[in-house]
Amino acid sequence: MADFETPQTREFPIIPTIVEGAMSHSAPFLASEEFQTDMGFPSGEETGQLIDGWKEKFLELLKDKLGKYRSLQVFMDTCVKCGACTDKCHYFIGTADPKNMPVARQDLLRKIYRRYFTWAGRVFPKLVGAIDLTEEVIDEMYSYYHQCSECRRCAVFCPFGIDTAEVTMAARDILSMVGKGQKYSNQIIPKIFKIGNNLGLPEPALADTLEGLEEEIEEETGVKVRMPLDEKGADILLVTPSADFFAEPHVDGLMGYAKVFHAAGVSWTISSKASEAANFGLFIGSYEQMRKISLRIRDEAKRLGVKRIIFGECGHAWRVAYNHLNTLAGPWDFLDQNYPIPQHILEFTKDCLDRGILNIDKSENDHMTLTFHDSCNIARASRIGEEPGSQFTIPREVIKAVCNNYVDMAPETIHDATFCCGGGGGLLTDDLMEIRVKGAQPRMEALTNVVKDSGVTHMAAICAICKSQFTKVLPYYGMTMDQIVSVHQLVSSAIILEGQGEDNSDELENGDETEEAA
Amino acid sequence: MTALSILYVILFYVAMITLIVGVTNKILQYIRVPAPLKIAITPAPLTRTGVVYRFFTEVVLFNSLWRATKWTWIFGWIFHLSLLLAFFRHLRYVISPDSFLWPLVDLQVVQSFGHYAGFAMLFGLAGLFGRRIFVDRVRYISSPSDYLMLLLIMGIAGTGLLMAYVAHTDIVQLKAFIMGLFFLDWQNLPSDLVLLAHLTMVIGLMMIFPVSKLLHAPGLFFAPTRYQLDNPREKRHISEWGAEIEAKDGRNS
Ligand code: HEM
Ligand code: SF4
Ligand code: SF4
Repeated sequence: MADFETPQTREFPIIPTIVEGAMSHSAPFLASEEFQTDMGFPSGEETGQLIDGWKEKFLELLKDKLGKYRSLQVFMDTCVKCGACTDKCHYFIGTADPKNMPVARQDLLRKIYRRYFTWAGRVFPKLVGAIDLTEEVIDEMYSYYHQCSECRRCAVFCPFGIDTAEVTMAARDILSMVGKGQKYSNQIIPKIFKIGNNLGLPEPALADTLEGLEEEIEEETGVKVRMPLDEKGADILLVTPSADFFAEPHVDGLMGYAKVFHAAGVSWTISSKASEAANFGLFIGSYEQMRKISLRIRDEAKRLGVKRIIFGECGHAWRVAYNHLNTLAGPWDFLDQNYPIPQHILEFTKDCLDRGILNIDKSENDHMTLTFHDSCNIARASRIGEEPGSQFTIPREVIKAVCNNYVDMAPETIHDATFCCGGGGGLLTDDLMEIRVKGAQPRMEALTNVVKDSGVTHMAAICAICKSQFTKVLPYYGMTMDQIVSVHQLVSSAIILEGQGEDNSDELENGDETEEAA
Repeated sequence: MTALSILYVILFYVAMITLIVGVTNKILQYIRVPAPLKIAITPAPLTRTGVVYRFFTEVVLFNSLWRATKWTWIFGWIFHLSLLLAFFRHLRYVISPDSFLWPLVDLQVVQSFGHYAGFAMLFGLAGLFGRRIFVDRVRYISSPSDYLMLLLIMGIAGTGLLMAYVAHTDIVQLKAFIMGLFFLDWQNLPSDLVLLAHLTMVIGLMMIFPVSKLLHAPGLFFAPTRYQLDNPREKRHISEWGAEIEAKDGRNS
C-alpha cells in the first residue's frame, strides 16, 4: 500500500525502545508563495525558503509569543525532564522516534529559548542543552512540529500541566512567519473567507447537495425533512464541518441532525458563508486567523437573525467554539441566553432523548456492536453538557439510547486518556500518510482488541477529522473503512419520524424504550 | 571573625538575594504575561474551590504523575516529602524556642521522621538518578544539568546525614551564625569540612534556583491548563491584547 510498514497491533501495549531519526524524513509539503501571501505570511524566493533576516525575525517572534502567552513562557521554564510524558504520545508509540516524545518535541523550541532568553543558556549552553538557531534546527522543527496533532494527551500526564500543543502552535506560527508555512492549512484557510468552507463548496453546490439529501431522507422514510440554507429568521444556526456535506460517514450524521431537528419541531438553517465549523487557525497557532474565522459565524448569526447556534460533530471545531467563540467573536448578547452559546448537537439530542420526544427503534442498529472513540479535543480541551466529564458520558448515553450493543475500549485508551486518531491538528493530508498511519497504532490496537474480544463491529466518533482519518487508516490495519460511523448516523438509523413507515407495528414498544433511555 | 566566616556571610547574602529577587522576578513575569485563551485541560473544575482541590491533588499527591508512571511517582514523591520534612527540621536553626512558630518545629513528626528524612531523600534521589541513566527515553531527554542537579541534592543530603550520624558539628555555634545573618550580628561559623561542603552546596542550590528547572515549584501554579476554570461559555475571557485587536476593527460590537 505504501513504502512504509504499518505497525503491529498487540494484545498488550508495549513502550518501544527509541530509534533515533526514525521519522526525520517526514515533513508536509511547504506552502508556495501564493498560499503564503494569501495568509499574509512572507515567503523567500523559492517555496519554503527562509526569508532574509530569518534568524532575527524568528527570535523576535519568539520573544513576542513569550510576552503574549503565559502558557508558553511558563512551559518553557517548568519542565523538569521527569519523563512522565515520554511514552504518552501516539506518534512516539507508533514510530519510536525519540523526537516524537512530547518533552523532546518541546525541547526543539526550549533549546532555542534557553540559548537566547535565559542566563544559563547564554553562559553554559552545553550544560543545560541550549543550542544555536540554525537552518537545520528550523528544518527539524518543521518536521517534528508537523508530527504533533496538538491532542494534549501528554498534558494530562505531565505533573505541571505542560501542554505540548501550545508549543507546537507557537512554533508553527513562527515558522509560517519566517517563510515555512504548511501547504495544507495555508491552502485551506483562504477558502473559508472566499467561499465559506474548507472544501470550497460554493452556495449553489451546497444548495444542491442539501436538496439531494432531503430527497434521500424522503426516499428512505417517506417523510419530508427540510435542510434549510441561508433561511433568515430561523431559530437555530447549524455550524457543521463541511465534510458533513459529502463525505462518508459524515453525511449520514448530518441527516441525523436534520431528523432530530425535524422531530423536535425547531426551525433551523445552515449558512452558506459560515458553512464550516472547522477552524484551522487553531492548528497553525494564529490568534488572528482563528478570530477572523470565528467572526464569520458572528456575522452570519446576525445577518440571519438566529437565536441560537449549534455545532455539528467536529472535535477541534468544538474546542474552538466551546472555549474561544466567546473570546474571539463574542459577546453574544444578541442570542437567546436561555441556551448554551454555542451548543453542541449532542447536548441538543440528549435533551430531546431525555424529554422523550424522539421515537427510537434501537433494533435498527442491532446488526452492529459499537464502541466509541473519544476525540481528543472534546475529551481534553472542552466539554459537552453540564458536568466536568459529561463529554464522556453524553455521547455514550446517546449511543446506548439508540443501540443495544455497546462496549468500551480499554480504560487507559478512553476518556481523557484517549488516543488521537492520528490525523488531527492539521495533519490530515496525503503528504503525511506515513505519520498518520503510524500515529493511529495505539487506537487501532485498542480497537482490534475489542473487535477480537467483544465482537465490536463499528466505532462511532463525533469528529470530522477522526472520521476521515479512520476511513483512510482502518484498511492499513486489516479493517474496513465503513467500520467508522457518526454518532448521529446511529441516531438517524434508529429514529422513527412521525408518519414514517405507517405499517411499523412495534411503534408502541419503541415508545417505552425511549422512556427507559431517558 | 575568621576570614572564612566573612566569606560565608557574604555568600549567604548573595545567595539569599539571588533566590528571592530571582524567584520574585520570575513570578512577576508569569503574572504579567497574559493568558489570552481558555486552555484548561478538561475535565476541569467549574469553581474556585474546585481549582484549589485540583492543585491539592497535584501538589500534595502528584496525581498526574501517579497516573503517568508509578516508579517516578514513588521516587519523586518520597524525595519531595523528605525534602519538606528536612525543611521543617531545619527551621530549628533559624527559629528561637520562644517564637510562636516553635511548636511547629518541635512537632514529634518533624523531629523524629525528619531525623530519617535524609535517608529517604537519598533513596528517592537514587531512584530518580537511576531512571535517568537506565530508561532510554529519560536518558535521551537529559542534559548534564539534569544529572548535576540530582548529584547536588544528593550531596546536600549526604553531607547532612554525615553530620547527623558521624561527624557532628557545633550546632550551637552554627545556630548563632545563622541567627546572626538575620539580625546583622555576624558570628563565627564552625569550620569543619563536612559542614562547609553542606553549606556550599546549599548556597549553590539557592543560586541556581531562579535560573533552572527548579522554577517548576512556583511555575506549577501558573499553568493555565491547570488553574483555569471551565466556564468559557458562561463568562467571556479576553486578554488586554485581544481587546486591542477587537478595538481596532470593531467587528465584535
Ligand atoms: C510546590 C512544591 C513542589 C512540587 C509540587 C514539586 C513537584 C515535582 C514533581 C511532580 C516533579 C517530577 C517528579 C520527580 O522527578 O520527582 C519534581 C521534580 C523535581 N523537583 Fe520538585 N516540586 C516542588 C518543589 C521542589 C523544590 C523546592 C525543589 C528544590 C530542591 C525541588 C526539586 C526537584 C528536582 C531536583 C526535581 C527533578 C528530579 C529529577 O531530576 O528526576 N522541587 N518536582
Ligand atoms: S499534543 Fe498529542 S501529538 Fe502533540 S506531543 Fe502531545 S501527545 Fe503527542
Ligand atoms: S511530563 Fe512534563 S515535566 Fe515531565 S518531562 Fe514531560 S513535559 Fe517535562
